[in-house]
Amino acid sequence: MELIKLHNIYKTYHMGTIDVPVLKGVSMAVARGELVALMGASGSGKSTLMNLLGCLDRPTSGEYWLDGRNLSRLSADERAVLRNRHLGFVFQNFNLLPRTTALENVAMPLSYTADHLSERDARRRAEEMLRRVGLEDRMDHEPSQLSGGEQQRVAIARALINRPSVLLADEPTGNLDSHTSEDVLKMFVQLNEQDGITVILVTHDPNVAKHARRRIHIHDGLIVNGALAGAAGAGGAEAASGGPAALEGGAP
Amino acid sequence: MKAYRTVRTALKALGRNPMRAMLTTLGIVIGVGAVIAMMEIGAGSSAAVQQTISGMGANVLLVMPGTAASGGVMFGAGSSTTLTPEDCDAIVRECPAVRTDAPSVRARTQVVYGSRNWVPSRISGTSPSYLEVQNWKIGEGENFTERDVLNGNKVCLLGQTLVRELFDGQDPVGKEIRVKNVSFRVVGVLARKGANMVGMDQDDILLAPWTAIKYRVTGSTLASTNQSTSSGAAGSVNTLSNLYPGGQPGLYPEQSDVQAADNPMPVRFANIDEIMVSAQSPQEIPDAVAQMTSLLRERHHLRPGEPDDFSIRNMTEMINTLSSTTTLMTNLLLCVAMISLVVGGVGIMNIMLVSVTERTREIGLRMAVGARSRDILRQFLVEAVVLCLVGGALGILLGHGGSYLVRLLLHWPVETSPAAIAAAVVVSGTVGILFGFYPAWKASRLDPIEALRYE
Repeated sequence: MELIKLHNIYKTYHMGTIDVPVLKGVSMAVARGELVALMGASGSGKSTLMNLLGCLDRPTSGEYWLDGRNLSRLSADERAVLRNRHLGFVFQNFNLLPRTTALENVAMPLSYTADHLSERDARRRAEEMLRRVGLEDRMDHEPSQLSGGEQQRVAIARALINRPSVLLADEPTGNLDSHTSEDVLKMFVQLNEQDGITVILVTHDPNVAKHARRRIHIHDGLIVNGALAGAAGAGGAEAASGGPAALEGGAP
Repeated sequence: MKAYRTVRTALKALGRNPMRAMLTTLGIVIGVGAVIAMMEIGAGSSAAVQQTISGMGANVLLVMPGTAASGGVMFGAGSSTTLTPEDCDAIVRECPAVRTDAPSVRARTQVVYGSRNWVPSRISGTSPSYLEVQNWKIGEGENFTERDVLNGNKVCLLGQTLVRELFDGQDPVGKEIRVKNVSFRVVGVLARKGANMVGMDQDDILLAPWTAIKYRVTGSTLASTNQSTSSGAAGSVNTLSNLYPGGQPGLYPEQSDVQAADNPMPVRFANIDEIMVSAQSPQEIPDAVAQMTSLLRERHHLRPGEPDDFSIRNMTEMINTLSSTTTLMTNLLLCVAMISLVVGGVGIMNIMLVSVTERTREIGLRMAVGARSRDILRQFLVEAVVLCLVGGALGILLGHGGSYLVRLLLHWPVETSPAAIAAAVVVSGTVGILFGFYPAWKASRLDPIEALRYE
């Protein structure tokens, strides 16, 4: 069952009078419960793809299905609700609210769509998430009192609070040392294996990517490798939509 | 639930930078504080000014009888006798805008004590409420009573000038003086009032029950203004059998047979020269005039279209001064209030704009995890409103404390004004919404991707 399906996605930015094409017909699919690494050099379009996957932006053209629902034509507000309910974000620089406790940081997304939750339920849910990432003794600490790894784990707990189907991690280890990185990555693997959460890791670092079972390489706005589940090599059945570049890239 | 959470989020966001929040709201605190203090001190001063001007007789109305006319010759105001003591009672009973009133019967004659004599500029026969109408105090002794008026008792109150001229340092209370050969006992001395607006000495006065003056001293109306020269001692022989020389012999005016036949109306037993009326407040003077006019027209059986047989005068000049002073004061305060609140509001807008820029990443994050643009708009708007309301509350305390201090230290009159407090709350909330809207709107228009990338 395909959780995410992209078909022939184009994204073009308009810089004054010049059009800058960033994604030039991307097609890919991610099945439920997969752990995927999205790889590419800077400027390859992986951030743009990540923004589209995360419903932060709309494609110029092409179709995007999440869980069987076409998201290409949603309004900004509809996308906001979707992000809240179905997507979790983990950022390179954690993006925690300063001078706010870990618990409140984790509970923050609940304040937008979870009106039905009572104050106590929201708190209990946030505590449960922090326990899951191993921070039960750090709940009342503010970000400045936490180490980088701990901050990133708070961010992961926040991403999980609404039980999303997809977790999008944008260079989640970019600001961490190698030892802590390993811990955080193990946590992603664990979440993926134990809870069945679909994880998409966006990175340029092969050491990070090696934790994923599948790697999708993007280059110059086109997917060169790993567009489909179970296809470690070239495009396979959808090679036509994957584009000719998919054949040139080869296996990493 | 939602509102409560939004407010709590706003409070937390403000609490993350308490110093800045405090400085931001300082503009509103000072603005509202100044407004409240000015309002309270201003209201107090304005009340004091009003009281002073009322004390000068601004809310006193004078009802005079109308003119008599004979063959096209008008004799001027007060020359006919149309006002009765019953009119006077009816006015205070039936006109709600009238606080109190007093009839007045005038005389001008010689007053004698021992070897000294004097003609006071005003001898007024009236009722005890005269002092209330004129806002006058008793300096010594006491006022005469309603019973004195009913009985026509020969008691009187003296003004300071009269006391000086007649008594030369002696205590006048309890002494007997003679008013046109009628002996009056002095029951009290009026407090000093000084000259009135046109420079007349108001202390040169003798007050007595109007019945005593009318029936025992003058026996007539304005027709003879200075009885001491026209009749009395000079023209007639003073015998002991004539108890009240110069007075009207009986309560009932003598009528000739022809008069009685011509006038089937009940005889008017007594008429008075004028009625002095005190309105509830200077603002109610027009109401009082309207009420008295319709009442007196009805009582005097005047048909529509027939001219009034009385006239009502007021201190128009004084009232205008009073109302223009009050309006000026109110407008001045309003201007100050507006300026300080606008300045405070601009301060809030500045800081909120800075805050939006500074918290761009936070806004991006909130949008990424599911905040819609209206959620962001609401959050920042609520922050601004909370700032303004907290500032308003502090300002009310500050202003109230300030005016309390002024009362305590400078002994200025101060009046707490609930209206000003309510207005301050409403205005500070409005300022919050008005000046908070632009920064909040700016925040809500941010693109989440750009915002997340913002350094």
